[in-house]
Amino acid sequence: MGLLSDPNRRKALTGLLTRLNTPICIVCYLAGIVWFMGLAFEPFTLRTYMSENAMGSTMVEERFSSGERALSLAKEFDAHKRQARGMPVEWLVKAMQSRGLEVFTQSFSRKLPFPDENKERYMVRGTNVYGILRAPRAPRTEALVITAPCSPGNTNNQAVALLLALAQYFRNQIYWAKDIIFLVNEHDLIGTQAWLEGYHHTNITGMEYSPLQGRAGSIQAALSLELSSDVITSLDLVLEGLNGQLPNLDLANLFYAFCQKLGVLCTIQGKLQRNDWDTAEGYTHAAQTMMLMVLKQACGRSWGDHGLFLRYHIEAASVRGINSFRHYKTDATTIGRLLEGMVRKLNNLLERLHQSYFFYLLPSLSRFVSIGYYMPAFGLLAVILLLRVSFPGLCHCFSVSLQPSSPGVLTVLTPVVISHLTGVALYLLPVHLQEMAVEHFPVSETEAVVLTAIAIYTAGLALPHNTQRLLSGEGTEQGWKVLKLTALLYLAVLLGCTALINFSLGFILAVTLVPITASITPHMPKALYAVVMVLLSPAFTILYCVFIYQELIEAPVSVSEGWMLFLSVISQGILDHALYGSLVYPLLALFIYPCWLMFWNILFWN
Amino acid sequence: CEIKQLSDCLIRLLLDRRDGTRTSEALTPAAAARDEFQEELVIRPLHSGDIYASFQFRTLWDTDFLQEGQKVSHYRLFPKSLGQVLSKFSVRELHISFTQGFWRTMQWGQPFIPSPPGAELWVWFHDTVSDVDGNWKELTNVLSGIFCASLNFIDLTNTVQPSASFKPLGLGNATDHRFLRYATLPREIVCTENLTPWKKLLPCGSKAGLAVLLKSEKLFHSSFHSQAVHIRPVCQDEQCTSKAWELRQTLNVVFDLYTAGQGKKEWSLFKMFSRTLTEACPLATSSKVYVDITDNPELFELSPATPLLSQAVVLGDRRTYSVFDLTRAETFGQLRSLNLLLRWKGDGEMLRPLLHAERYVAGFGLQTGEIHTVIYNNHPYRAFPVLLMDSVPWYLQLYIHTLTVTSKSRDNKPSYIHYQPAKDRHRPHLLEMLIQLPPHSMTEVTVQFERALLKWTEYTPDPNHGFYVGSSVVSALVPSMVAMNTNFTQDQPLFSSFVPVKEESSYFVRVYTEPLLVNLPTPDFSMPYNVICLTCTVVAVGYGSFYNLLTRTFQVDEPSLPLAKRLANLIRRIRGVPLLT
Repeated sequence: MGLLSDPNRRKALTGLLTRLNTPICIVCYLAGIVWFMGLAFEPFTLRTYMSENAMGSTMVEERFSSGERALSLAKEFDAHKRQARGMPVEWLVKAMQSRGLEVFTQSFSRKLPFPDENKERYMVRGTNVYGILRAPRAPRTEALVITAPCSPGNTNNQAVALLLALAQYFRNQIYWAKDIIFLVNEHDLIGTQAWLEGYHHTNITGMEYSPLQGRAGSIQAALSLELSSDVITSLDLVLEGLNGQLPNLDLANLFYAFCQKLGVLCTIQGKLQRNDWDTAEGYTHAAQTMMLMVLKQACGRSWGDHGLFLRYHIEAASVRGINSFRHYKTDATTIGRLLEGMVRKLNNLLERLHQSYFFYLLPSLSRFVSIGYYMPAFGLLAVILLLRVSFPGLCHCFSVSLQPSSPGVLTVLTPVVISHLTGVALYLLPVHLQEMAVEHFPVSETEAVVLTAIAIYTAGLALPHNTQRLLSGEGTEQGWKVLKLTALLYLAVLLGCTALINFSLGFILAVTLVPITASITPHMPKALYAVVMVLLSPAFTILYCVFIYQELIEAPVSVSEGWMLFLSVISQGILDHALYGSLVYPLLALFIYPCWLMFWNILFWN
Repeated sequence: CEIKQLSDCLIRLLLDRRDGTRTSEALTPAAAARDEFQEELVIRPLHSGDIYASFQFRTLWDTDFLQEGQKVSHYRLFPKSLGQVLSKFSVRELHISFTQGFWRTMQWGQPFIPSPPGAELWVWFHDTVSDVDGNWKELTNVLSGIFCASLNFIDLTNTVQPSASFKPLGLGNATDHRFLRYATLPREIVCTENLTPWKKLLPCGSKAGLAVLLKSEKLFHSSFHSQAVHIRPVCQDEQCTSKAWELRQTLNVVFDLYTAGQGKKEWSLFKMFSRTLTEACPLATSSKVYVDITDNPELFELSPATPLLSQAVVLGDRRTYSVFDLTRAETFGQLRSLNLLLRWKGDGEMLRPLLHAERYVAGFGLQTGEIHTVIYNNHPYRAFPVLLMDSVPWYLQLYIHTLTVTSKSRDNKPSYIHYQPAKDRHRPHLLEMLIQLPPHSMTEVTVQFERALLKWTEYTPDPNHGFYVGSSVVSALVPSMVAMNTNFTQDQPLFSSFVPVKEESSYFVRVYTEPLLVNLPTPDFSMPYNVICLTCTVVAVGYGSFYNLLTRTFQVDEPSLPLAKRLANLIRRIRGVPLLT
């Protein structure tokens, strides 16, 4: 209280902040980084626990025993898949019908904005097959979904077969309280998206699909199954969804609890848990796991079929079978039991999963960092921007610029508008100009889109940024200060909002953008700072993330491979936006990049 | 005017149909006794491999206590608890059903007596009642006690007065819907505690007759369970000089092929109910078991076989039934027990019901949404009108201007719309429409809504489960299958089949859609605690310092003297010399 009302002490505080502004900023930045790295240290994290009572105390007994039958079904499915050269729709319909499900199909088609070279598809046409197990004496108000993608080639046959075997087993049980939907989707995410849009009768991405005939009320939870071998060594849990959304932590807890109960090795981000947290290796391992999660979450794409469910408030996760060279193997029966247990516990739910956390980071499956613990790391970075705003020179010119007669407003407006127009061009032109680019240059459509994006990005740097001189003559000292003030506040708001929705993205952007934006003035050595600024620009951030990610998944790449990956990441980002409505590409193109351009403007202010 | 005519026509047809059944019932030769009891079980094997058993117990009571105004205190077969309720609340007609599960029209065809999931109650009061709402409130509370159900949760916020969908099924031509109350509780869970009081209303209880089959461990090991009580006034005799009360207790159950039948298409009474029949209820004047053998012998075989056959047009389809009369000793054979056995031979193809409806919520997010009701007319060439009734709780705020009805991707203008908007916390929305369904079409009715933010005490104890919206009701006169098969001349003489008979040309069907589960924006319920903490902090920090700033008088403070000077001043004060500044 004294701080606010005592003018002396207030003055002392302002004096301290002004005098020590730069050291405080540096300390904040370092503290933010250290705090973040400390999150992976086990004593600082919490142990996961089941919050939902309905899933906690009621242990269920798993009795699924037809793993062998599932494997022979997988062979049959494979044969039919080869014969049909794609999804064996008729066979699947028959197989589900003979298991006593109500079976429906949905056909969909989607023309991608430009060819997807990673998955080699452009005009996508497919069919989803789903069967509904009607729960006895239930009024069709609630449902659970189990999905398995029907992938091309040899992959995922076991997942579809296990799905059918589970359907057969589940159908004979009396205890179901929610309908269970068994979905086999074609063309992985596109199929899931078509099905979800059909189920909820929405159209947000311009997909063409036939309307669904059978529904089962509001979906409470979904599990996606990916399994490509008869035996597995471990199960990997994938949580990161579209736009960095995560399912309720209880779903991860449920998976972990059943892995423990059935003695199945379980991993997250493909990394096993270690017990030696007090050694350097143990810590590094946890930090790597957490960093992987941060990177995956930041990129805002759906890392499995589950990711698209999250938009509809359906808690979902993907379970992926991994077969490596370990001796300890788990058979299909055990995986079936694990899924049976999970589905039965979800069936016991009275309410939607809501008890546990929705915002968290996982350094391992048994430890989590909640939003209350990780937000200070971002807060420490964001406060730098605010500290710089309160820097005396800036504060003063702000009050000056508020006077209507001052030219300050105009000088600021021009660069802001130009930067944002560049951003709009970066957002719109790559996809719309692809045909023209293909005509004039010897490149494919995908390359055309990516290269156009990079070209516009680079052209943005070369734009005449001194337009304010046309309006108000020589760039004034006051002019850049107003611009910097605006840009700092803008960046602070942008990063703050981003971090609330997708912490990882906000944090990564803050780490690279904050130091340069906080220190930039026109009086610095231009060449050196220009290089530094470019190296810390959003595009280079993506490039670094690609390299770090490859390093973390223990598949390091050379510079040229990294460049190719970088190009494909950009094309995937644009595709994700067009196909599923991922927001990272528009956020970067329409907001972050223009904001960065404003700082670029300040550097070349004269 | 035309609208009115159409709905009237529909109502009249409905009443005609009911009159027809009533007269045939009145012809039964037991008019001499004052009370009469009949029991009946219909078993219908379904194409899906499941089996449908429908019990009906009918108690007829030749008295009319309402009009004479006299107290009736002598009860024989009619349950006293219900008789007293009828006279006390001046009930003209009462229909109550408890259902666990959803009738799967697409697999099972039409049920004999449809009912929505949960509890449904509709009552016509006598037109002498002045305070209908008061009577209704008391009646629901009393019935709640009689049936051990949460009917006491029926209040004005979920009661509606449909203008056309629910007409009296008994005597009398009341059409003033001010005396009608209709409510559903889609969340009501039906279990043994509701079955026991229901069984106690039977004259033989569950001791003898068909009711011995009603064992809860089997009845609730099924895919569908529905029990109902229907009370209505009927004619006492052919001339209809005086009224009688009819109590119909019905129980419908569908056993599942996989969970109850172990996947084998073989059913017997013992497998279904874990009991066999040994006798009829001694109080019953008729006690019969019907087995639908229309598809025999192609589909399944029945043993023991019975020479008694009965034909009837049920739900627009001509069906043949084997009849087992339990009042005759020879029915039970040597073993003195009747255990019907049905064995499937092949797979039947799925029958497509002519009328089918479903409903779902579209959209995502917690702000708005859209209710879609889809009604299918599967008749190849006949269009027919249906009455759609929707009762939506007030916390879904319907935007009625967004109401669209489309058939075959063309706008389909309802010929009659009755809409009563909701009042927050007082009454629900009621929407009734008469829609013409084109032949072989899918009609989609959509209306957008906004989810209201409830007061925090208004949430249920499990708010994240969601809130229920009751089934919509589709009532229709569906063109009969019999009339459709004009070139089907296998069994009938040619002279009988040229012009379809009026009674058989269409039949009344009520189809219920599934209830909806809608999530409302739900606060985190640790919020009050957080709010208290936040408020305290804001008051302490913000208000405290503001108050401090506003009330304090500010003075220019003199810079404090250095320590040396202060010491010097101390000495100077002692010495009496002027102080330093």
